[in-house]
This record gives sequence, structure tokens and C-alpha cells, in this order.
Amino acid sequence: MLKKIATGVSVLLLATLTACGSGGSSAKDGDSGELTMGFAQVGAESGWRTANTKSIQQSAKTAGIELKFSDAQQKQENQIKAIRSYIQQKVDVIAFSPVVETGWDAVLLEAKRARIPVILTDRAVDSDDDTLYETFLGSDFVEEGEKAGEWLVQNTEGPVNVVELQGTTGAAPAIDRKKGFEEKIAARPDIKIKASQSGDFTRSGGKQVMEALLRSHPDVDVVYAHNDDMGLGAIEAIKAAGKKPGKDIKIITVDAVKDGMQALADGEINYIVECNPLLGDQLMELAKKVVDGEKVPKRVVTEETTFTPEQAKKALPDRQY
Amino acid sequence: MTRGRLLWPLVALGALIVLNIAVEPSFVELRIQDGHLFGSMVDILRNGAPTLLIAVGMTLVIATRGIDLSVGAVAAIAGAIACTYISGGGNAATAVLLALSVCVLLGLWNGFLVSVLGIQPIIATLVLMTAGRGGAMLLTEGQIVTVKDPLYRQIGSGFLVLPIAILISLAVLTAVALITRRTALGMLIEAVGINPKAGELAGVRSRTIIWTVYVFAGLCAGVAGLMISSNVNAADANNAGLWIEMDAILAVVIGGTSLAGGRYSLAGTMLGALVIQTLTTTVYTIGVPTNVTLIFKAVVVIAVCLLQSPRTTRMLRARRKTAVPTSRSQEVAAG
Repeated sequence: MLKKIATGVSVLLLATLTACGSGGSSAKDGDSGELTMGFAQVGAESGWRTANTKSIQQSAKTAGIELKFSDAQQKQENQIKAIRSYIQQKVDVIAFSPVVETGWDAVLLEAKRARIPVILTDRAVDSDDDTLYETFLGSDFVEEGEKAGEWLVQNTEGPVNVVELQGTTGAAPAIDRKKGFEEKIAARPDIKIKASQSGDFTRSGGKQVMEALLRSHPDVDVVYAHNDDMGLGAIEAIKAAGKKPGKDIKIITVDAVKDGMQALADGEINYIVECNPLLGDQLMELAKKVVDGEKVPKRVVTEETTFTPEQAKKALPDRQY
Repeated sequence: MTRGRLLWPLVALGALIVLNIAVEPSFVELRIQDGHLFGSMVDILRNGAPTLLIAVGMTLVIATRGIDLSVGAVAAIAGAIACTYISGGGNAATAVLLALSVCVLLGLWNGFLVSVLGIQPIIATLVLMTAGRGGAMLLTEGQIVTVKDPLYRQIGSGFLVLPIAILISLAVLTAVALITRRTALGMLIEAVGINPKAGELAGVRSRTIIWTVYVFAGLCAGVAGLMISSNVNAADANNAGLWIEMDAILAVVIGGTSLAGGRYSLAGTMLGALVIQTLTTTVYTIGVPTNVTLIFKAVVVIAVCLLQSPRTTRMLRARRKTAVPTSRSQEVAAG
């Protein structure tokens, strides 16, 4: 009984969320010539994610695609439920950012049997059967790490001591950004990663880890943070220790959210590798192609760049997130 | 008795500090910088302040046989309200008052559910644990709200020789200790926890007492939330105070207070909170690889809890002093 109630409540909740998300597009129901996309978002866990959501909603509107949107609040079971409801509603294409890498085979097989193409965005799934989805649109985290490493190799001389602030242990961006970075700096044996600890992608985490690492490694020259927020936390710790971030200790981060870009423009961060959440346009384009039966590459990388302080100053006024 | 149980957390704290010094001799170094103390120990005190404060509130709640799972969410709400208000052009003092009043209201809500409606505390506070964080996200629109207010930043990262945050926590701890131990309040709280019915029959107004401890826990969580957000000059509704309820409960338990209610030890709670924060800092200082961090923490916590369990204590005593009369060991078991 309880279970039934619980299911009932969650379905209701999901329904309201979906209704909220789709907002303006519901007026166009019944227009059969239009494409319908079901999108199952991870949640709203960061500014990056909110920007990602807005981009998808906006692009769907401009591309004339009807969007059914759901927010899974970082829970896989919610995402699976949302995808199942999209299959039942017979949408033309399903897109989603998987919360975790595994456990998707069953629901993706259901979609495949219903002949609904699936596009993965932002994060990949770990499955032996790659026919379960049409394409994966998202950032290349390894490449982001490589870009960070490359800048370090080119812009420093002599022995360099690096401390690394990792993302959440086990998260794909944390693993890959570490890997790409390590591969690039291997070319310079005098660049050494003195310590590498997890700051959980948060400002508090970054600050706390950096405080401790500043004590145990007072000779640190460079901080490499897997996202802007940890870098911003590290800046606070460095300032509190009486050193100048960006000068005494150089800082490299990944993401390029607004606060990070501001710090870069202020000279407290030295280099940011962009991780672009604005993939809406690319997604809608891919969706149209997939539905028309056109061949699309299995892996599409989002368009991303890097920022120096000068570039940040220029880009900052139009930064959406 | 609690004093006997405090031995092991104290040993654990000592062992962690020795481990840190062995790996990193500069760990104990203290110097004056910009007019305040500066060093790893000071960092531990500052970063441990929110957990300590929440744990003090939690101690009283647990003493009444309750539990408050919503403290992390309340902390997030406090930060979200204060930062949203300040970033909208408001001044810091009003922002703090506003945030804390809302936290008191949330505490009233929890207390109402538990004491008036008689809902199981774990369920009653679970409501706010999930809904509260959602509310905080709604306030900040899912963004991290950054503020630059020199007054506001004092709460979490300011110094009066010692970090202001730990001074606040210690002041609250001392006040609570004085109020509950110098008056009958402490005994009444324990009476409610040991047997609410018997307490009621003896003239203890258990409803009011239970209601009050939840309000106090909400207020503590609110101040802790302000510390957390002020420490990084930003409100991160999604991550601020995440899992801090677990740390606080752990601190209370390590401190020798039973989850079954009744007897509580504020000194124990302080020790517990210090052990937890020192443990976190140790991970960073001695460089425990990230993929085994959680296991390392779990091993230390389990070791402390096992060592202070009544059965282990009895076995150790029995081995050390075989001649102790039986009445003595019974007393230990009862404590």
C-alpha cells in the first residue's frame, strides 16, 4: 500500500516537473508536423547545469521542436521513469544526460524497441552495446585536462610544484580531467604534482583542501582545479595564507562560469579551459538529423575554447552563466 | 559513565594529531599573521565550527530521544537567504537576522510536528531535509550566489585572534552547558528522553521542552549555515551543509551520548566534532589517496565506536583489573 502511494506521489511529482519544464511549448500540442523531444535532465545542481537547461529550452523553441522536459533531481530512478514516460508518449526523439554511467541498458533497449532514437548529452553511458543510442554530444573531459596541461607546459619554466584539486571521486569529469592533464605534463619531468585531493567540485571543499595543502606543501607554485568553484575556494585559502593568487601561486581551472571568469579577469585565476553547457543548438540540429534518418557521428564534441585574462575581460559582458 | 567513554575519542584525537605531526612537523606551528593566529590547528577549529555548533543543537534533540535530519537543509536555507538578500543590495546585519528568523520558524515547524502531532522525529525532520534544500535552490534559482560584503565575511572567515566562527560555537556551547547544567533544565531534558510519560507524570512539561530543543537546533543550524556560506562568500544551495547532519549525529555519538535519549555530554560532543574535523584535515595533510579516503575515515570512526562500546570497555576493564568487584562492572555497563 505504502509503496503504491509512494509511486503515485512520485509520478505526480514527475508530472508536475514535466509540466513546469515544458512551459510555453504546451500550447502547440496537436501540431502533428512538429518534432517532439523528451529531455531528461540530471537536475539543477550547479550554475553550469542551469545554463545547460536554459540553452536546451531556448534552442528547442527557436528550432520549432516541442520539448518535454523533466528534472531528475540527481536520481537515476527518476531519469529512468521520465524516459519510460517519454516512450509511452511516443515522442520522436529522447535526449538525456545520464546521472551515472551504468544501469541504462534495460530502459534504452525499451526505447530501441519502440524505435525512438536516443541522444546522450554531456555525459556518456557505460554499455557494451553502442547501438542503444544514436550519438553522444558532450565535452571531451580528457581534452579539457590536456588543454590545461598544455598551458602549464608552455607558460612555465624550471621546476614547478603543482597541487591538484580533484572533482568528486569517481565522477567522469574528475577522472578524465586528471588523466588528460597528467598526459600533457609528462613531457616536462620538472613539473611535479605534489598532492592531489578531492574538493568535491565545491567552493568549501576547494578552500578546505587548499588550506591543508598550503601547510603541507608551502612550496606550491600552481593549483590545477577541476572546476571553477574549487579554484575560487582555493583563492580564498591562498589569500588567507598571505599570498597572492594568480601571482605567487598560479591557478588553472576548468568550466568558465561567470564567477570564475570574473576572477580570471581580475587576475586571480591565470587560465580557464571552457566546458560549454550551451549545447542546445547542436542538440536540436542532431535531433532533426537523427529523426530524418540521416547518419550522424557516434561522438560529437561540443565547441569549446580556452580563456586568458584578456579574453575573459572581453567575453565577460555577454557571459550567460 | 561518560567520563570513561570520553577516553577513547580523546585517544583518537591525540593519535590523529600525532600522525599529522609525524608526517608534517609544521602541523603544530602557530604564528601570528595579520594580527591573528594562523596554522593547521586554527584551520581545524575554524572548519569544525559549523559541525560543532550543529552538534550542540543535535545533542539536546538526541537527549530528548529525538533526531533532527533537517539541519543540513536549514543551514543551506540560511546561507541562501542571507546571500540572496545581500546580493539584492541589503545590508549584512538585516540579512543575518532575516535568515535566523526563518531558521527559528523552521525549527518551530519541526518541533510542532514532533511534539504536538507526535510524528516520529526521523520522519518529521526528513520532510524538511528534502524540501528545505529544494526551497534553498528555489531561492537561489539553482545558481551559486556570490556576495562581497566585508561584514558578512567576518562570520565565517573573520578573526578576533581566534576565528570568529569557533568563538561563536564555543560561546553557544558554554551558554548551553551553563543553562542546562546550572539549572534543572538539563535534568528535565534528560527526563523527557529517558521516559516522557514518567516525566509528564512528574510534572515535566515535555511538549514545551521537546518543542524548544528543535527550535534551538534550527537556530544552531542557521548560524552554522551562515558560517559555511560566509566562509566562501557564497551560497551554494546544492552543497552547503550537505551531509552535515550525519557528521553532527556522529559527533554526538562519539561524544558518548546515546541515540536512545537521556544522558548527554556536551564536552563529549565537542570532542566528537573535533575528532571529525581533524580526521578530514588529516586526510589532506598526510595525503591519503582520494579513492581510499572514505575507507580511511570509516576505519577510524569504527575503531573509536568499537573501543567505547560498553562491551569492549567491560572486557578491557576485566582484563586490566580482574580483582574489581562485580558491582563496579555493572555500573560501567549501565553508564
